[in-house]
Amino acid sequence: MPKITFIDPDGTTRTVDGELGSTVMETAIKNNVPGIEAECGGACACATCHVYVDDAWRATVGDPSPMEEDMLDFGYDVKPNSRLSCQIKVTAEFDGLIVRVPERQA
Amino acid sequence: MTEPIKTDVLIIGAGPCGLFAVFELGLLDMKVHLVDILDKIGGQCAELYPEKPIYDIPGIPYCTGQGLVDDLMKQIKPFGPQFHLQEMVETIEKIGDPLFRVTTDQGKVFECKVVVIAAGGGSFQPKRPPIQGIEAYEGTSVFYAVRKMEQFRGQRVLIVGGGDSALDWTLNLAPVASRLTLLHRRDQFRAAPDSVNKMMALVNEKKIDFVLGQVTSLDGANGQVTKAIVKGNDGASFDVACDAVLPFFGLTMKLGPVSNWGIALKDNEYIPVNTENFESSVPGIFAIGDINWYPGKLKLILSGFHEGALMSQKAHRYVHPDKKLTFQYTTSSTSLQKKLGVA
Repeated sequence: MPKITFIDPDGTTRTVDGELGSTVMETAIKNNVPGIEAECGGACACATCHVYVDDAWRATVGDPSPMEEDMLDFGYDVKPNSRLSCQIKVTAEFDGLIVRVPERQA
Repeated sequence: MTEPIKTDVLIIGAGPCGLFAVFELGLLDMKVHLVDILDKIGGQCAELYPEKPIYDIPGIPYCTGQGLVDDLMKQIKPFGPQFHLQEMVETIEKIGDPLFRVTTDQGKVFECKVVVIAAGGGSFQPKRPPIQGIEAYEGTSVFYAVRKMEQFRGQRVLIVGGGDSALDWTLNLAPVASRLTLLHRRDQFRAAPDSVNKMMALVNEKKIDFVLGQVTSLDGANGQVTKAIVKGNDGASFDVACDAVLPFFGLTMKLGPVSNWGIALKDNEYIPVNTENFESSVPGIFAIGDINWYPGKLKLILSGFHEGALMSQKAHRYVHPDKKLTFQYTTSSTSLQKKLGVA
């Protein structure tokens, strides 16, 4: 299973197993990663599973869809590498993926 | 005082559970009015998930949120429910046994024998944007809704957001404000293209300013904002001087006034009910759907449907105390089929 690393704003690092076909948000919730709220349950209807994708992984992970961009408008401190983790599906090539959790969710 | 609207049952919340409760109450000859804070019927299904799939409605392998709402509306049509949208119930007062007087924030008054709270996750209210210290300015110089445009006459107004509310108020307040600035994090908008074009035209005529960036903090004193500190998309910070800030960051669900209604709550979030009839700690006030709690509670639409059916049995005793209730099936009962308009 691909390993996914979540880094807290204070630098705490958590590496967990991502399940193929599930989302990065679901991976975070399942593993009790703090700072990912996912208020809407993964419907791309809020912006509370916001993460920053590590620059080295941006090309692999790709850019947000227009709908996701719309939702990111509600995020806190949105950056060019911002994504909603409920919209990132885990694939085999994500082994080693690094995402950062923002200081706060919307 | 406003003449009260008299009804058997008042349902707070027009989501799927509130809608199906109309059906169950209707079969037992109870007339219903519904109040909902949204501008549309359907609750979360319509507001958050209109195009999203639902796979766990019994007998319906697949539908969308809006599809479910549309079908429920078809199902309850024979009972003629009356909707009061964009209103929030503020107070519930017990004035008889059982009789309640219910008032909304729009000044409407209802008198009903039974109140059913089907408010889901609470009422949808404007989301507070993640700006440090914004609370200190709310209601004085930071507003999440515009009640009176005149209030902003001659002011420097900063509008934040890229949706329809942000663009609509930009267009409406541009002639009223002394200077209007629209701030959004990107040059793409969720708002209707027509509004965006009109806004861009005003920018080109130099009548308003459009600025790219995100507000990081506000500056001011005694509730009066003087400037917003903005981080531009190049990372550099700059100030936008303003007398009023209108952030439009969508909606979130809040419990709202439920906690003032004298009903026992669990964790200040849920209404505990018994599983025989889904009545709250106040006789005559029921709670169904996501807002209630009992041992084993699951927040599923199908659970809310079941809760509505059992609630209706007890509600019948309050509304029609002299009538005996006989259990019947819609499949075989002529009297039920008459009510549905099919017999």
